[in-house]
Amino acid sequence: MTIRLEPRVQPPGWLSAAITFAAVGVALVISGVIIAVVGGDPVRSYIHILNAAFGSIGVLSDTLVKATPLLLTGLACALAFRMRLWNIGAEGQFLLGAWGASAVVLAPILPPGTPGFIVIPTMMLAGAAAGGIWGLIPGVLRARLGVNEIITTLMLNYVALFWVQFWVFGPWSEGGFQQTAAFPPEAFLPRLTDFASSVPAFDGLTVQLGLVFGLVAAGIVWLFLERSRWGYEIRLAGDSQRAARYAGVDIARNVIVVFAISGALAGLAGMSEVSGVVHRLQDRISPGYGFTAIIIAYLARFDPFKVIVASVLFGALILAGREIQPSGVPAMIQGIILFSLIVAEVFVRYRVRIERSVAAA
Amino acid sequence: MTAATPAQPARTATPAIEAVGVVKSFPGVLANDHVDFDLQPGEIHALLGENGAGKSTLMNIFAGLYRQDEGEIRIEGRSAAFRSPRDAIAAGLGMVHQHFTLVPSQTVSENILLGLDRPRFLLDPHGSEDEIRRLAAQFRLQVDPRAKIWQLSVGEQQRVEILKMLYRGARILIMDEPTAVLAPQEVEELFRTLRAMTTAGRSVVFISHKLKEVIAIADRITVMRRGRVTAAGLPAAGATPVELARLMVGRDLLEVYERTPFAPGEVLLSARDVEADNDRGLPALRGVSLDVRAGEIVGIAAVAGNGQAELAQVITGLRPCRGIVTVGGRRTSNLSPGHAIRQGVAHVPEDRTGEGSAPNLSVADNLIMKRFREAPVSRGWLINGAVARALAESLKDEYAIAAPSLDTPARLLSGGNLQRLILAREIETNPALLVACQPTRGLDVWAIETIHRLLLELRQHGAAILLVSGDLDEILALADRIDVMYEGRIVGSFDARTADLQKIGLLMTGGDGGSEPPTAAVDAGGTLGSS
Repeated sequence: MTIRLEPRVQPPGWLSAAITFAAVGVALVISGVIIAVVGGDPVRSYIHILNAAFGSIGVLSDTLVKATPLLLTGLACALAFRMRLWNIGAEGQFLLGAWGASAVVLAPILPPGTPGFIVIPTMMLAGAAAGGIWGLIPGVLRARLGVNEIITTLMLNYVALFWVQFWVFGPWSEGGFQQTAAFPPEAFLPRLTDFASSVPAFDGLTVQLGLVFGLVAAGIVWLFLERSRWGYEIRLAGDSQRAARYAGVDIARNVIVVFAISGALAGLAGMSEVSGVVHRLQDRISPGYGFTAIIIAYLARFDPFKVIVASVLFGALILAGREIQPSGVPAMIQGIILFSLIVAEVFVRYRVRIERSVAAA
Repeated sequence: MTAATPAQPARTATPAIEAVGVVKSFPGVLANDHVDFDLQPGEIHALLGENGAGKSTLMNIFAGLYRQDEGEIRIEGRSAAFRSPRDAIAAGLGMVHQHFTLVPSQTVSENILLGLDRPRFLLDPHGSEDEIRRLAAQFRLQVDPRAKIWQLSVGEQQRVEILKMLYRGARILIMDEPTAVLAPQEVEELFRTLRAMTTAGRSVVFISHKLKEVIAIADRITVMRRGRVTAAGLPAAGATPVELARLMVGRDLLEVYERTPFAPGEVLLSARDVEADNDRGLPALRGVSLDVRAGEIVGIAAVAGNGQAELAQVITGLRPCRGIVTVGGRRTSNLSPGHAIRQGVAHVPEDRTGEGSAPNLSVADNLIMKRFREAPVSRGWLINGAVARALAESLKDEYAIAAPSLDTPARLLSGGNLQRLILAREIETNPALLVACQPTRGLDVWAIETIHRLLLELRQHGAAILLVSGDLDEILALADRIDVMYEGRIVGSFDARTADLQKIGLLMTGGDGGSEPPTAAVDAGGTLGSS
């Protein structure tokens, strides 16, 4: 008996979605087996995760809080991956964005007492700009000198990490702790709970305006990619760089622009996190959002709207995972999901045939 | 692995390979309908047919890539059912595909050794190089075992593919359209190799749809049409192109096109003293000057690797150069491909799948590649989807591009349909100049005819056309003027009506076109061994 892989000529549209769901299912089964082996009850664990992530309005809101940075960094990755630029640096761009936004109140760029409607947009701009510049560096290196972007973006993550650490341990440290002083309330992104006085149902809901940034960004990225001239150039260059050059596309310019926008999206995620959730800059502000974003972009097959769904799923996993174990198992589940997705890619492109051997070799 | 015995005993009655009543169907297509075929030891048996006639299917069954639904395959008299090309090569049957399977960054000998069980751990470069040199000398396959694949011309890469099979002890070689990518000179060299192989008792299946070549090289010819054998094992001696064409396409071939009288207008393309380097940084163009006028087709006749590809790239803005190129009086050289497009330069590139189209984008997306920047396809920074689709739809109908829908990825189109797509897109821009590179290479007779007609129609509309082709017949059929290129220079220019084929052939291969024998004054590019 032999197993053969035959290429599919044109995979039907539903197949890719079905296989993605199947892959996530298989990943959950494998994870369940491991949970069982180490003495846990997989069914109870999953039910617990489900409840802890979606069980009530309160936890759903917490899930969305976790999903917000994932959504923006996921879009950053999806956009770059669409042009086959492997931006592995969303983590660093996120950190720089958080740092840039913090600088507005801590440097300070705006004097204390500036009203919120000026502080918030300035922080958004500063965060996006800092992340954008962090994306621009590998973009320019790739476009002008042909430097491999996977290596530069990966390495710049560490530079960003140490850069933030320098500021939170040093100049901006609050009394020697590895965090800065809390921001003034003008620098907070509004949360639902802030309106509890007029709508009592919002009480305790921490979902903040950053989620809206993410949803709007998803719409804009989709519009650009699928409907604009520039998006057509990105899709063309992503499929065949030679064909794009032949069609008159300026590849170098597009590489730089895509990297800058990708970095800016991740930077905005950083801003949303410091301004909407943490309210200060601190060490370890990201539990690896920028890396999870890579999985999310893959899971969504680089489609901005599917990024929304995938980031909510992973937001739930990060939030509720903590309920079963502070680290370890949730990270393992994430890893197994990515692994299954990559394996599943084979089944989208090939059909598996099992044949009984006719003639003995 | 069975040892390769170079000297096969004299011809026996047992065929080297034999297909008996082979049936193979794909969804909607009966690719092989009770096909019989036999290859005698020491013969070259040509398999002739249009694209889609079922030749490749039959050969893929031989090589173990497909399995037949009915019928039997026999190798040297024994029934065989290979499950993979590996099994096939172990039985002495090797296939050289049209698209090569070589690793560009590795050397010739590394590529030849790739995938072999022996040597197990350490490569023995010298031992294997000696063996490769010996095989190369025996079968006239000149290639340096230490050269890297990317440094080789297409013809040389093909030699590596053949060597790979011979090194594995292949006694039967299947060549799938081997001449589609070769220049005339390289075809001659390939033929010498094939003859050397049959002299050594090996046998060759030669797949082609070029009638003259088949008559020149084959001992016997089998013709297929729509999955059936229309003529089995005709002796090649005595076969005529007209007869074969009728068997192949079921109708007479149109060789001479009706064309409007030659009435050239103003000079649209002008190149002066153009010099450029190739990808390896070596001089490829050494002072080329030429003009193409409105309503004129200028054919560039050259053996592959003599600068014609670089010339096309310089004109279309894809390659930097020294010297000047103008289109319609304005400079296009050393600007950008986008600039050339805006000046009305259309381009049918040699590499249809890698450069002329984006394989995973839809037919519709591929059809707007040259139009997406301008109204009405674009509206501000957005693309007007409805207009783009309407344009694509009308082009698909007008140029008879057979595709299930506008959303079909371009990679699923057949060669002829993809080339019609590219031509439709380029002609639709109403170009001042069209640079067409190898526009019909690898296409079947019907596709070639439609593409030739499109080019002549464009000429009639007053466009200037620069036709780069390795097929002299094509150039003679279409061009008004023929420029011969050799070693990056234009070495002769002829009026197509009075052109002397012999002289062109001589100039293409480095002769001076006169009575004197060529002197080896030009530094050898290494691709041509004129003898």
